[in-house]
Amino acid sequence: MTMILRIAFLLCVSLSAIAAPDIYQFDTPEQEQRFRVLLDELRCPKCQNQSLADSDAGIAQDMRTRVEAMIKEGKSNDEIVDYFVARYGDFVSYRPPVTPTTSILWLAPLLLLGSGAVVIVLLLRRASARVDESDEGSEDSDVNQRGDR
Amino acid sequence: MAAEIGHLSLWLALAAALCLSVFPLIGVHRNILALQWYARPLAWVQWLALTLSMVCLGYSFYINDFSVAYVANHSNSALPLAYRLSAIWGGHEGSLLLWGWMLGGWAAVVGVLSRSVPLHMVARVLSVMGMISVGFLLFMLLTSNPFDRVLPWFPLDGADLNPLLQDPGLIIHPPMLYMGYVGFSVAFAFAVAGLLAGNMDPAWARWARPWTTVAWSFLTVGIALGSWWAYYELGWGGWWFWDPVENASLLPWLAGTALIHSLAVTEKRNMFRAWTVLLAIIAFSLSLLGTFLVRSGVLTSVHAFANDPERGTFILVFLSVVAGGALTLFAFRSSALTNNKGFKPVSREAFLLGNNLILLTATFVVLVGTIAPLFFEAMDLKISIRSPYFNGFFVPLTLVLILLMVPGVFSNWKRQDGNGLLKRMALLAPAAIIAGWFGAQLPEPSPWQGVLAIMLALFLVFAHMDDVVRRARAYGQGFFTGLAKLGRGYWGMVMAHCGLAVLVAGITLVSFHEVERDIRMGPGDQAAIGDYVFTFDSMDRYDGPNFDATRGHFHVTHKGEPEAIMHPEKRTYHASGQIMTEAAIDAGFWRDLYVAMGEPLDDGHAWAVRIYFKPGIRWIWLGALIMALGGAVALSDKRYRRLRFATSEEGVSHES
Amino acid sequence: MKANSPWVFLPLVGFVLLAVLLASGLGRDPQELPSALVGKPVPNFSLPSLMTDKTLTQDSLKGRWQLLNVWATWCPTCYVEHPFLLELAARGVAIAGLNYKDESDPARQYLAEHGNPFTHVIVDADGQLGLDLGVYGAPETFLINPEGEIVLRHAGDLNARVWQEKFVPLLEQDQQGGEA
Repeated sequence: MTMILRIAFLLCVSLSAIAAPDIYQFDTPEQEQRFRVLLDELRCPKCQNQSLADSDAGIAQDMRTRVEAMIKEGKSNDEIVDYFVARYGDFVSYRPPVTPTTSILWLAPLLLLGSGAVVIVLLLRRASARVDESDEGSEDSDVNQRGDR
Repeated sequence: MAAEIGHLSLWLALAAALCLSVFPLIGVHRNILALQWYARPLAWVQWLALTLSMVCLGYSFYINDFSVAYVANHSNSALPLAYRLSAIWGGHEGSLLLWGWMLGGWAAVVGVLSRSVPLHMVARVLSVMGMISVGFLLFMLLTSNPFDRVLPWFPLDGADLNPLLQDPGLIIHPPMLYMGYVGFSVAFAFAVAGLLAGNMDPAWARWARPWTTVAWSFLTVGIALGSWWAYYELGWGGWWFWDPVENASLLPWLAGTALIHSLAVTEKRNMFRAWTVLLAIIAFSLSLLGTFLVRSGVLTSVHAFANDPERGTFILVFLSVVAGGALTLFAFRSSALTNNKGFKPVSREAFLLGNNLILLTATFVVLVGTIAPLFFEAMDLKISIRSPYFNGFFVPLTLVLILLMVPGVFSNWKRQDGNGLLKRMALLAPAAIIAGWFGAQLPEPSPWQGVLAIMLALFLVFAHMDDVVRRARAYGQGFFTGLAKLGRGYWGMVMAHCGLAVLVAGITLVSFHEVERDIRMGPGDQAAIGDYVFTFDSMDRYDGPNFDATRGHFHVTHKGEPEAIMHPEKRTYHASGQIMTEAAIDAGFWRDLYVAMGEPLDDGHAWAVRIYFKPGIRWIWLGALIMALGGAVALSDKRYRRLRFATSEEGVSHES
Repeated sequence: MKANSPWVFLPLVGFVLLAVLLASGLGRDPQELPSALVGKPVPNFSLPSLMTDKTLTQDSLKGRWQLLNVWATWCPTCYVEHPFLLELAARGVAIAGLNYKDESDPARQYLAEHGNPFTHVIVDADGQLGLDLGVYGAPETFLINPEGEIVLRHAGDLNARVWQEKFVPLLEQDQQGGEA
């Protein structure tokens, strides 16, 4: 038993002795989580197909270091995004700004969904009335229908 | 010489396509059976000519003919043979030839497998496909000829295929994707043919449906392959980026899924015909839109083939003619198609309407999110739209869709007993809730969104299991006999829906539980994620066929037991000088381990290493594959193998 | 005979709008990023000068129309652009340099070898001023008015065509405004 404990202890010590350092170091796991999320939500202005998380460009590295520093300074996510938007424009954030102009991004699909639902309700009413009128007898009205779609 | 033959063959194909566009339609209009009859042979001639062109281009790659500009730009003498051949579709011009070849192939096959379809319909369908071919052939011949020569000063060696594309994924992803895109042209052609005919044969949906299903299955595989390829090739472990070109492939897929379900209603009850026709037009138009987005330079994307406004203009005109023409025809002719019968608010038809609404909204979201930056640029506002926007809609839409799928599958056509339905769902819900809650505790407790998603995915699976059991028993001949009697169309549906559940579960798992670490590591260093310990053993260099590589050797243990050996690489390709990150992936059913070397530090003695733990990620592609297989199974249903139908009259030509 | 509901034209109308939107995008460069700082003053800074011992601040960019050119010895396109900058300087255009994420000794040597078009050069070793200016690569050139406000940012090399098309109209506009 003591042997196992000794080995376990040695392993722990040796692991911590040669455990490699994270490139970005944070005080708490929440900070690290915020870092990851922010990197995914910011766009590399040079390699425009990549987020800050993925890009190897020099400016992306600078920006990552800045994000790390700002998180540790206690800045909020919004403050950090605003910092970069002030310098690079709205383009640099994957979250489009919510303004009266851009609100159409969210309103348009909601409008479609809403009006579609209304149309369906009207259709259902008419279709239901047709069933009552004609009453052709229901087709395949119980579970005895076979597995035929 | 081969290039010239290939080029000439394209002109030949164009001639055949023009004849195909014109003569069979004249035959329909003037009731000349012979002209209608020629549609099938003309489709064959077109396809054979295109095949010859493909062979010639392939041959030019094979013999390293760098006097052909396209070969010079996309190949190299050191490029391995498999990639030299698949480089045919590695660039803009060649990929167009692939499109055209597949379009020709589908037309020929439609000709072969349509014996039960009246000749006048076949003539119209093939004519429409011929017209689309004309567009693609003109595009190639006028703006994007793969056979252009670089003379008299041609390079001694080529510029090499983009290293990102030197990968098995390139060999299969574009062909699968294009089979899907092109396949929707068949549904489109049937839709336009139906509009041209002016009255719709009740069998129309039965003719159109299998073609749509097979195109959809291919597109599903193509998109899944693209996701998988991006995952291991792009080096950073993502599997979907909402990149404009990815969205371009998702648009026809979503519309195509709505189409498949709408076709189900049309086939079963001869209803929603105008709507189904409209969806078919929309699905293929979205395919063409995708082609435009990739090649016009209008949007920034990792995929963009060509940033050429001239080519962009041509495709836009082509798209306008095709979509605009079809939609105009729809506007004037669709009233002849309406045939609405009755159904109750609780019925399969009603739930399928809900399905269509959700899928259509999803399609619209993707379209808006992809195109909106263009719209805002006109106002000098440059914005970026990616996952926060798309996921914001897709997550609730998907969950609602799954909630609708269960009663949809349970419901009968025309009317369904609402109480019975609720009781059935209420019986299954507790099992899903409990199992889902437990499932969502692994590998770590999930947030409520994850728990909800897993519960719904399980609900979907349990619902289908319940449905299978009930239907098998309903034959009254014992469970296993009943099971054997269930149609393949039904099994296809069950598989496809369960595939979706697997996909959703995979996405949920990896989104909530993946772990990423960026670590500075030199040989001898270790890093841990959970119970996994990664040790950087050593580094070496080696020479590949057309690149130099630095390779790291890692071994991984799980709770002390050996788990994996991994070799990430950093490659520099000779011809282009491009540097590629080849990630090492230890794939597993439950999790992937992913190691990529980022930048060298300390003059190359250490590296910025990225290590990922990704649980459940394989389920994403597994789910997609199951969905595609479901489509394939549904296709083999015996009702498509019947050669004669009672409903259509043979040999009588209907006036248009 | 069924009458056509006007709704059947909706898909066509929708498509036409889409096509117009797509057409508007053709020919535009989607990669070009407009500067977020146009109309705003140059951010405050206090950085060493490359050529002298002085410390330079944002005031060094006020008082006259001048360009601020972002360059570095590791940037190959800057090398291609350099002769045109010398030409502009010879014509009397005031050009300030921003030596971006570079080392000073090689930078001084570069200017000694290839000519120095700059009135003064700001050393931005860690790239912080570049970040504050919204720089994302080299070379880039800013046009700054006498009040120290940024009027234009061009990303990419500065050449005769770009100068004529983008910079000259803005300079002429100011001259005309001044004369009126």
